[in-house]
Amino acid sequence: MTDQTDTDLRSLLNDVLGLGPTRAAALMPDSGLFGALPELDSMAVAGLLTEIEDRFDVVIEDDEVDGDMLGTFGDLLAFIRAKRGEA
Amino acid sequence: MPASWPCPGPAGIADEHAVVFDRARAVRLLIVPPLFEEMNRSRRMLIETQRCLDALELDSMLPDLPGCNESLQSFSAQSLGSWRAAMETAARHFAATHVLAVRGGALVFPTRLPGWVLEPVKGASILRQLLRARVLSAKESGREENSADLLEEGRNIGLELAGYRLSAALVAGLDSAVPEDEGQRVIRQAELGVSALWLRSEPGEDPAQSAALAQIIASEAAA
Repeated sequence: MTDQTDTDLRSLLNDVLGLGPTRAAALMPDSGLFGALPELDSMAVAGLLTEIEDRFDVVIEDDEVDGDMLGTFGDLLAFIRAKRGEA
Repeated sequence: MPASWPCPGPAGIADEHAVVFDRARAVRLLIVPPLFEEMNRSRRMLIETQRCLDALELDSMLPDLPGCNESLQSFSAQSLGSWRAAMETAARHFAATHVLAVRGGALVFPTRLPGWVLEPVKGASILRQLLRARVLSAKESGREENSADLLEEGRNIGLELAGYRLSAALVAGLDSAVPEDEGQRVIRQAELGVSALWLRSEPGEDPAQSAALAQIIASEAAA
């Protein structure tokens, strides 16, 4: 499934993690993010969340951030879709 | 080339470091770096931009903000006010004719100089990201903190965020500061390339972006 949110999230992860277009395009719903990518430390997660807020025009509260929403590419995509009322 | 410049601080005049390409040419660009981690992430890009500017016959100087990079001054003594004063001092010392302020650098650059601001960012956005990183790392070690309480504490007594000890003045300053550009041209990331280096979790470089930035500055400075 491809749609704009999916495409934009891949592009954002590419920007923040420097994955390169090939790795970004290859992300699957069960591809691990937090805990699986060593570059994704708390500072990087904070940067990622700030970019998500800017680009998707959503507000993320502190208590919404946990391993569940950041565990995999699919989890994060579902979180953003729910935030945007697309789910 | 490394150079030093005299910067007034609470303990008197301190020698601060700068990377300069100075051959006494007509256009002398002061580069005001981003703040916090973004400074480290964009440093290689900015120095590569200086090399490109040098090849295009422009001088440039990238000074350290007091308390940052090679500076021996205490970070915890800094505020937006001290950084503004330092950048103005550097501009005068190097006789800068133009300025490029990058990201959070747009909060502290000498506004009297013509020039450019690259993707300026609000102080509150910088602060929010730092607070969030602290809340997340507390959560990882099993402690509950929240941004609102931390911000209140920071405004009163200062705060340690992402390894930096921020003074109360710096916290309060960031919370309300907006980019100070008036008349300088705003350069957007899309003009340089798809992916901003200061967003990267690991420092990177992209010679094509540095070249594009230098080209914009050289052609618009000549216009």
